[in-house]
Amino acid sequence: MLWIEQLLNGLQYSLMLFLFAAGLTLVFGIMNLVNLAHGSLYMLGAYAAAALTAFSGSYIAGLFGALLFMAVFGAALEILLIRRLYRQDHLTQVLATFALILIFNESVRIIWGVQPLPYDMPAALSGSVPIAGDLRYSAYRLALIVVGIVVALLLYWMVARTRVGMWVRAGASNREMVQMMGVNVRWLFTAIFALGAAFSGLAGAALAPLMSVQVGMGEEVLILAFVVVVVGGVGSIRGAFIAALLVGMVDSLGRAWLPGALGRVLPSQIASDLGPALASMSVYLLMIVVLAVRPLGLFAPGAASLIPKWMRLRHSPVLARTTTGKVAS
Amino acid sequence: MKRITRWAISLMACAGLATAGAAELRIGVMTTLSGSQAVPGVDMRDGIELAVKQLSGKVGGQPTSVMVADDQFNPGAAKQVAERLVKKDKVQVLTGIIYSNILLAAAPVALENGSIYLTSNAGPSQYAGAQCDSGFFSVSWQNDGVHEAAGKYAQDKDYKRVVLIAPNYPAGRDATTGFKRFFKGEVVDELYPKLGQLDFAVEIARLREQKPDAVYFFLPGGMGINFTKQYRAAGISDKTVLVTSQFSADQDTFAASGDAMLGVYNTGHWSTDTNNAQSREFVAGFEKAYGRLPSFYASQGYDAIMMIDAAVRAAGGNVDDPKALRKALSESQFKSVRGKFSLGANRFPVQDFFVRVVTRDPKGRLYNKTESLVLSNHADAYGAACTQK
Repeated sequence: MLWIEQLLNGLQYSLMLFLFAAGLTLVFGIMNLVNLAHGSLYMLGAYAAAALTAFSGSYIAGLFGALLFMAVFGAALEILLIRRLYRQDHLTQVLATFALILIFNESVRIIWGVQPLPYDMPAALSGSVPIAGDLRYSAYRLALIVVGIVVALLLYWMVARTRVGMWVRAGASNREMVQMMGVNVRWLFTAIFALGAAFSGLAGAALAPLMSVQVGMGEEVLILAFVVVVVGGVGSIRGAFIAALLVGMVDSLGRAWLPGALGRVLPSQIASDLGPALASMSVYLLMIVVLAVRPLGLFAPGAASLIPKWMRLRHSPVLARTTTGKVAS
Repeated sequence: MKRITRWAISLMACAGLATAGAAELRIGVMTTLSGSQAVPGVDMRDGIELAVKQLSGKVGGQPTSVMVADDQFNPGAAKQVAERLVKKDKVQVLTGIIYSNILLAAAPVALENGSIYLTSNAGPSQYAGAQCDSGFFSVSWQNDGVHEAAGKYAQDKDYKRVVLIAPNYPAGRDATTGFKRFFKGEVVDELYPKLGQLDFAVEIARLREQKPDAVYFFLPGGMGINFTKQYRAAGISDKTVLVTSQFSADQDTFAASGDAMLGVYNTGHWSTDTNNAQSREFVAGFEKAYGRLPSFYASQGYDAIMMIDAAVRAAGGNVDDPKALRKALSESQFKSVRGKFSLGANRFPVQDFFVRVVTRDPKGRLYNKTESLVLSNHADAYGAACTQK
């Protein structure tokens, strides 16, 4: 039974990681922008959900309110500031978005104080449900899995089957060409950034009842998200999904079984030192292996495809391999 | 971030009185006031400021200036700030640091320049043992204390099988070592998640499988809040008892954890319900000034000022004579909010530890209700190695 629960844990963790990383990979891949402040959007999503839930008294209203707020906030941020950074080099972008982290963190402290905000999960989901035999699993985590899958499918449909999605994919593999074809890149970028902000905010808001809503909560998750983006291939939604699953599973299962497994082959003193260290390193070891084999990541747009020809998306001429296909950054 | 506030009030008051020969007492307060780890630091500062206010701005009856500075939770920055406070502002006493890694970087600055370091929180084993210093005093505890008390509590409750959880860093290992020093039952498993880990689903799944009698967790700050919330949501049987220390279950975490903390047993040396005159005065004063209940961090800041106050009075107000001040501090007989208080030969407290349970007060707020005494007149395990008496 334990392994079912650990797999569910890994899945839930992966899906939330995907929600968070989806926006990051789009912004990084399409606008060629390194957005360190993506973690702040996650934090703001959590704070907005906590504050709106406290204000309205309804969890649902708080969640959707936060989602809407984050989309509007993302669009405004793009128009006011981010837009000016596309033409700058990565160092300038890193400096500017790092400054945003400091500004957002201090603003949150000024508005809500240093104490973490109280935010409880809705009563209907606060218990646990029987899964199989005597195994019970947190209802809220189960709901997170459902939300994660629904959003991932929605995003997949949007990217693979709609016109906007086609522009997005095209933009990821060759931005200049998309502009030449007459797509209004300016508004496309605003929309993508807003979407990324909303997803990041959703991840923050959805995880907030399990976490402490506090200043700086976005920074920890940002590093893992960059691992996901790099492993998956910058700019690829599908890559981000597969990489999030890989990273989430390796991290969860590594933590679950590595210390125990080592204990069986090594003396207990060494195992107790090595196990936790290896478990927290496992994600980065995965990244090293992937990058050694595929330096652009698993599914980098424009790079040689991992997927057999017959499995590839149809009706997507822009995804067809081109000799000039180059990858952002 | 060079935020320094000075108490000008006390200086003005004393100019008015024009006390002949009164030497100025300068206290440096360096604590973590920015970043994600700032909650304890803010309480520390507020406790210190309350004590100075209650003494009408004259600690030990002397004109006092208190300089508050932020260590930014960064050992490098902390060292610089300490140098400024000690060398430029010439503080006689430095206090306020929350975290051991910051203290190990900054305390040497004070000690090497002849100032006193009075720790009002972190108590790393180095300064209790081999590295002890005649200028280093503690008004709080040695780091292992509350963990040893928790181990003793688990032993007294006759728990047979216990799982330990602590972050994988030196203080985490010290916590499990401290616990095991007093717990003689079976430690089924020791889990060491990464410091700063936010999701504990994996660890909680193992707990469900292992079905221990009790879980002892040392997960400071946000980690503990997350763990408790997720543990409650996982629906683990009530037969497993959650035990922790004041680091995870005190006023600084209750607001965020909400009811998830209700019923958690934890060890500490003081609680808002500690029954003595100075504690009641402190809690009432703190609530009036800041509109919330004080955490143990605030109580330690308050105690630090009261300890300095008593020592300066005992030294006849002679704040510029380090020898006299040190002697007075080591013989300190001040009225601590925890009740009786005395220092051991290594200048760390010899004190009682209690087990508390998180309960709701009549106003609906969470607080730690003191249950029983666990360790009486407890001294740390490192004092024997302290040679500098």
